[in-house]
Amino acid sequence: MAELMYWEAIRRAHDEELAADPNVIVMGEDVGLVGGTYKATSGLYQKYGAERVIDTPISENSFTGIGIGAAMAGLRPIVEIMSINFALLALDVLINAAAKIRYMSGGRVQVPFVMRTPGGTAHQLAAQHSARLARLFMSTSGLRVVTPRSPLDAYGMLRSAVRCNDPVIFIEHERMYNLKEDVPDKEFFRPLEGAEIVRKGTDITLIGYNFSFHLCMQAAEKLAKDGISAEVIDLRSLKPLDRETIRRSVEKTHRVLVAEEDEASVGVGSEVMATVIEECFFALDAQPVRVYAADVPVPYAANLEKVAIPDVDDVYRGALKVMGRI
Amino acid sequence: MIFYRRFEERAFEAYMEHKIGGFLHLYIGQEAVATGVLEMARPGHDWVITGYRDHIHAIKTGAPAREVMAELYGKETGSSRGRGGSMHIFDPTVHFMGGYALVGQPFPLAAGLALAAKYRKTDQIAICFLGDGANNQGTFHETMNMASLWKLPVLFVCENNLYAIGTRINRSTAVVDQYKRACAYDMPASQHDGMDIEVVMEAAKKAIDHVRGGHGPYFIEYLTYRLRGHSMSDKTAAYRSKEEEQQWAQRDPIRIYGDKLKSRGTLDDAGIKAIEQSVHDEIENDVVKFAEESPEPRVEDLNKYVLDDNPDPRWIGPLQNTYE
Ligand SMILES: Cc1ncc(C[n+]2csc(CCOP(=O)(O)OP(=O)(O)O)c2C)c(N)n1
Repeated sequence: MAELMYWEAIRRAHDEELAADPNVIVMGEDVGLVGGTYKATSGLYQKYGAERVIDTPISENSFTGIGIGAAMAGLRPIVEIMSINFALLALDVLINAAAKIRYMSGGRVQVPFVMRTPGGTAHQLAAQHSARLARLFMSTSGLRVVTPRSPLDAYGMLRSAVRCNDPVIFIEHERMYNLKEDVPDKEFFRPLEGAEIVRKGTDITLIGYNFSFHLCMQAAEKLAKDGISAEVIDLRSLKPLDRETIRRSVEKTHRVLVAEEDEASVGVGSEVMATVIEECFFALDAQPVRVYAADVPVPYAANLEKVAIPDVDDVYRGALKVMGRI
Repeated sequence: MIFYRRFEERAFEAYMEHKIGGFLHLYIGQEAVATGVLEMARPGHDWVITGYRDHIHAIKTGAPAREVMAELYGKETGSSRGRGGSMHIFDPTVHFMGGYALVGQPFPLAAGLALAAKYRKTDQIAICFLGDGANNQGTFHETMNMASLWKLPVLFVCENNLYAIGTRINRSTAVVDQYKRACAYDMPASQHDGMDIEVVMEAAKKAIDHVRGGHGPYFIEYLTYRLRGHSMSDKTAAYRSKEEEQQWAQRDPIRIYGDKLKSRGTLDDAGIKAIEQSVHDEIENDVVKFAEESPEPRVEDLNKYVLDDNPDPRWIGPLQNTYE
C-alpha cells in the first residue's frame, strides 16, 4: 500500500499497462522527454523508449486521428491532450470517427483508444484554459466518458480504459492532480461503468462528478452538523450514465441536488435532472435543485472566477434549500 | 475496370429505382487510379483507406462486390451490415479500413495505420486515397508533417479530378499542382497521368517500393476526371463545359487501355464484348441478386455495435452498489 497523488496513480497505471501489453503506446504533446504537463507520464519515455511514448507536434486533430488509426490496426493508444479546451480541435476525429467507426462498420472495426485530458477550472487560467466540456462527449453515442475522482479510482479506471475495446474519454481535473489516497500495491481494475454511492445518507442525495463530487462530500459534512444526513453519489461515468443508482438513491432520500462546475445549459446536470423527473417524479418530496457555474466564459480575475464557479457553500446552501431550511 | 464500371452503372440504375438511398458518389472515369495502384500493392495485407467515393477501392482491395452492393442496398449482408452505406464501406478482413464522409479525415487515420505497421515491424504500408479538395484541410498539413517526421510507411494517393463538388481547383487552391505541396514537408512526390493504367502502375510501383523500403512516406498525384457529377444530385452544367467533358471522355481509361491491347493484338472488339457480357452477367446474377435477396437489418438490432457488445466485466462493470 502506498499513498499516491492523483497524477502518480495515473503514471503508475500507464507504467503497468505499458509493461503488460506491447500494443499499448502513449502519445501527446510533451508526454515523452518532459514527462507530461502534469507529470502523468514522467519517466516512461526513458523506460519504454521513443517508439512507445511519443512526443507529438501541436496538431490535436491529427495526432488524435493517428492514435485512432493505430487503434483500428490493433494498438491500444493512450493520447494525452494538455487541456480539454484543445480537444475541441480534435472533435471531428473523436466524434465523427472514433465514436462512429464501430457502428458504421457494422461492428467489424473497433477502436480501443483512450484520450486523457484535464478539464475544469483551476487557479485563474481564464476562459481558454478553464473549459469543462464533458457534456460535449457525454452527448455522443459510441464514446465512453469517465471522470475518476481520486487516485484509487484514476489508477483502476485508467487500467480498465486501456483494456476496453471502446473509445474512452478520460477526464481529469486540474485541481485533483495533488489529491492523495492509499493505492494497494497489487494490480486492480475499477469498472468504467456505474455511479458510486460514496457516502450513505437518508435525507437528501447529492450528486456530483469530477471536482464537484468533492464539493458534495464537503457539503455533506457541513449538513451533518445541522443534523441532515446526506447521501453522496459520484457519477464516475457520464456515458453510459448509471440511471439506476440515481433512481434508487432518490427513491430512498426523496430529495436531490446535482452539482457541477459547468454551465447549466444542456449539461450533465440537466441530463441527471431529466433522469430524476422521468424515473422518480413521484418519489420526490421537494423541488430538486441544481448548482452550477455562471453562464459566462470563466473570467481571469480571482474574485470573478470565485463567483463564476460553485463552491462548497453553494452546494451546502442549495441542499438547505431542498430541505426547506432556507 | 470493366467490372468496376458496370458495377457503378448498375448502382446508378438501382439508385434511380430508389433501391439505394442517401448520397452516391460514383468513381466512373477514375477507375485506373485505384485499380492501378492497388494492382501494385498487396491488397489484403496493406492497409487501405479513402473518402466517400469508395466502392471501387473497397472491391479492388478484396471486399466482395456483392457485399458492397448489399451495403448500398442497406442490407444486413452488406460490408458494414447496412449501418454504413455508400460512404462508409468497411472490410477489415482485407484491411480495407473505410470510406469516410468527412473530407480530409482519412489522412491521420492512414498515418495511424502506418504507425501501427511500423511499430510492429511488419512490411505493411498504408495507402490513403483522397481527392485534391481534401488537401486544403488542416489534417493534410498536420499529417504530412508527422508522417514525414516519423518516416511512416504511408502512400498518399491524390486523385486530382480538378473539382471539389463544383469548385474548380484553381478557384480553391493556390498551388494547383498538388504534388508540389508535399515538398513543404520534405516528402518525395510526383505527378502522373491517371487515365492510363500502365502509367499509373509504373508510377505506383516506384512509390510503393520507396514506402515499403522503409524510406518514409510518398505523395503521388494522378490527373484524372470524374465523368459523371460529384454525386447523384449534381448538375455538372453549372460548373463545367460540355466540351471539357467530351475531351476527357476521349481519355476514358477503359478506352485507352482497350485501344492499347487491341493495337498489340492482345484483344479484339469481340474479346472486349465477351468481357462486357460476362461482367454484365456476373453483376446481374450474383452481385445484384445477392443484394436484392438479402434481408434488411433487424430493427431489434438498432443499438447493436454502438459499444462493445461483449465487454469484459472486469473492466467495464457495472460497479455494484448496495442499496438500503
Ligand atoms: C469536412 C467536410 N466539408 C465539406 C464536405 C462536403 N463535401 C463533400 S465532397 C466535397 C468535395 C471534395 O472534393 P475532393 O476532395 O476533390 O474529392 P472528389 O469529390 O473530387 O473525389 C465537399 C466539399 C464534407 N463532406 N466534409
